[in-house]
Amino acid sequence: MSDNDSPRPIAVLGAGVMGTGITTLALGNGIPVVLVDLSDDVLSTARAQVRQQSRLATMMGAFPGGRAAGELTTTTDIADIAGAAAVIESVTERVDPKAAVLAAASAAVVPGTPIVSNTSAIPVDEMAQWVARPEDFLGVHFMNPPYLIRTVELIRGPRTGDAALAAVRGLLDTLGQKAVLVGDGPGFVINRILQRMINEAARIVEEGVADAESVDAAFTGCLGHRSGPLATADIIGLDNVVDSLWVLLERTGDEGYRPCELLQRKVKAGEHGRKTGHGFYEHGPHGGAR
Amino acid sequence: MSTQPTANAGLAEPEIRAGVGAFLADRLKGPVEPDTDLFATGLVSSLFALELVVHLEQAYGIAVDGPDLRLDNFRTVDAMTALVLRLSGSTDG
Repeated sequence: MSDNDSPRPIAVLGAGVMGTGITTLALGNGIPVVLVDLSDDVLSTARAQVRQQSRLATMMGAFPGGRAAGELTTTTDIADIAGAAAVIESVTERVDPKAAVLAAASAAVVPGTPIVSNTSAIPVDEMAQWVARPEDFLGVHFMNPPYLIRTVELIRGPRTGDAALAAVRGLLDTLGQKAVLVGDGPGFVINRILQRMINEAARIVEEGVADAESVDAAFTGCLGHRSGPLATADIIGLDNVVDSLWVLLERTGDEGYRPCELLQRKVKAGEHGRKTGHGFYEHGPHGGAR
Repeated sequence: MSTQPTANAGLAEPEIRAGVGAFLADRLKGPVEPDTDLFATGLVSSLFALELVVHLEQAYGIAVDGPDLRLDNFRTVDAMTALVLRLSGSTDG
């Protein structure tokens, strides 16, 4: 694994649900990963999660055969990403942490290194102000779990350069991900629609119009969706849903994005969905039955 | 494959089948037929597959790795029972 033909590592910033999932995806496709987070405890947990996610992906036949897995390096020092071929930022969907991490990452890598945000809703051009070279910056919205879902939104900001876009297209190709290229704006395509749909679905439960199972059954049964909006929200994480809704409300002024009381209550109570075991549904230690 | 099959020592096929069935009935809030394809029927999501693996490993002291780590081994109660029997050496065949 140490010969000159080995692929250069990518850096993943943030070892949460999406950061570990993206790490699993890259490793399984033979790309080494430098995974960065603030604490060794978080990184230790992340290593175990990546190991289990890799087993699940293998089980589902998600990785190409005949390719050696990439090597995982974990670190709390962002200077360790210096040699990365690309950087994927996947920290909490809030302005302050994202701005700090993107500025630090931008300073740590050489010009021409693509810096990607796995943002849910913050516009790419708003984030581009936090990096030293906006032409190297763009958005890729991975779905959860990224190692099982093979399509991403690829978001080109108004200042994204052709070279960065081409490099990230190449990386996504290596990762076995199909890219749907979309323009910039709060929530891009998916979350502009999906987060609002989840909010409305939660409001329906809150008002007693229908329970969570019935809302989801209508979407899966009548519309043929693979999962209903509330089961989807549990997989995303209700805390992330609420964060994204605030981002969308603040940038659009559209009251339809204001997180409903039920969502806010659940987040305050620590019911964040699949990752905490409780959300709109009950989940087991390694994920719910739904 | 070096994990010692301590938890299941002496367990025979009917006990394992019953144990797997009880775990699923609890998690899915209802009984499951031994030959029901859990994934094809949409009873469980692909994410639940990992929970099945970890549960079998912990409950029966086995390690599922390599070629055994494939969905077909977890599709039905029958398949999981056969896997546990084989990996735990409860029956030598």
